[in-house]
Amino acid sequence: MLTSNLLAEKVVLITGCNRGIGKEIAKTFVMNGAIVYANARKDGSLEELTGELPDSLKTNIIPVYFDVNDVDLVKQVIVRINKDHKRLDCLVNNAGIMKDALIGMVTRKLMLELFETNVFAVMDLMQYAVKLMSKQGAGSIINISSIVGTRGNAGQIAYSATKGAIVSMTKTASKELAKMNIRVNAIAPGVIQTDLLADIDKHKMDQIICKIGMGRIGKTSDVANLALFLASDLSEYITGQIISVEGSILM
Amino acid sequence: MANLKKYNEVFKSCFQIDETQFEGLTYQSVESWDSVGHMGLIAALEDAFDIMMDTDDIIDFSSYKKGIEILKKYDVNI
Repeated sequence: MLTSNLLAEKVVLITGCNRGIGKEIAKTFVMNGAIVYANARKDGSLEELTGELPDSLKTNIIPVYFDVNDVDLVKQVIVRINKDHKRLDCLVNNAGIMKDALIGMVTRKLMLELFETNVFAVMDLMQYAVKLMSKQGAGSIINISSIVGTRGNAGQIAYSATKGAIVSMTKTASKELAKMNIRVNAIAPGVIQTDLLADIDKHKMDQIICKIGMGRIGKTSDVANLALFLASDLSEYITGQIISVEGSILM
Repeated sequence: MANLKKYNEVFKSCFQIDETQFEGLTYQSVESWDSVGHMGLIAALEDAFDIMMDTDDIIDFSSYKKGIEILKKYDVNI
């Protein structure tokens, strides 16, 4: 893992840190100097994350357990960060759910469930984070979209719609917030090695890999390293961008 | 009284108006209280009173008078 002081003293809130991409981003950020408020829904589910960090850095992870759909709890966390540090340098909207359904099988209930977590909660978090970022005249918001949000994928019409919404929200927010020096970018991961792939059999996995120019599934660190760059001052003039991390996949 | 003074100062500095204009002052009744000015007003009030307002209250904050009522929810009595 890349280690540096790129995020020294930066205060960050990352949602959905208990596993996969969120967990890797949280680890990477802490290893690079950040103070990370790591969110997960289920109490105790961040213990694995803190267990993987060196003892000297464990205190730089502050677990904050809440459901991103509970706007009162979202607000409470932002108030707490304000009280603790009087600043928030970076927000990573990673928490999300994926449920597949073919056209003809998409219920209102499914749509609402996906949009509540993947879109509405992101809007709430951005709105509250901006309150702190606008006061300090700087900030970086990183939204985790998906390659299916930019290119589409059969069987994922509802999920891809939520990730497409993240793309348009990112672009609009970047325009509205640029004058406050708040940057908003999105990462669109392709096929990344997470629990979501655990149930896919070898034959199917080989078929997927055949479609990837680089001949391998992406690692969570491939995504985390881009997030590190977008959170750091190295990207201080980059905003409104949707950056894919997909190893040249054919879709 | 101190809170009233703070409240008035925020309005004066955000919208470049004087106290004679407070009576009947509503959203968009002066040029400077447009949507951008509104967000500036909210940020300034949050700073002045060390509060964080809910989105619904930001939307409902439609006049000088209504603002006084809304701030009571945050234990700011004017």
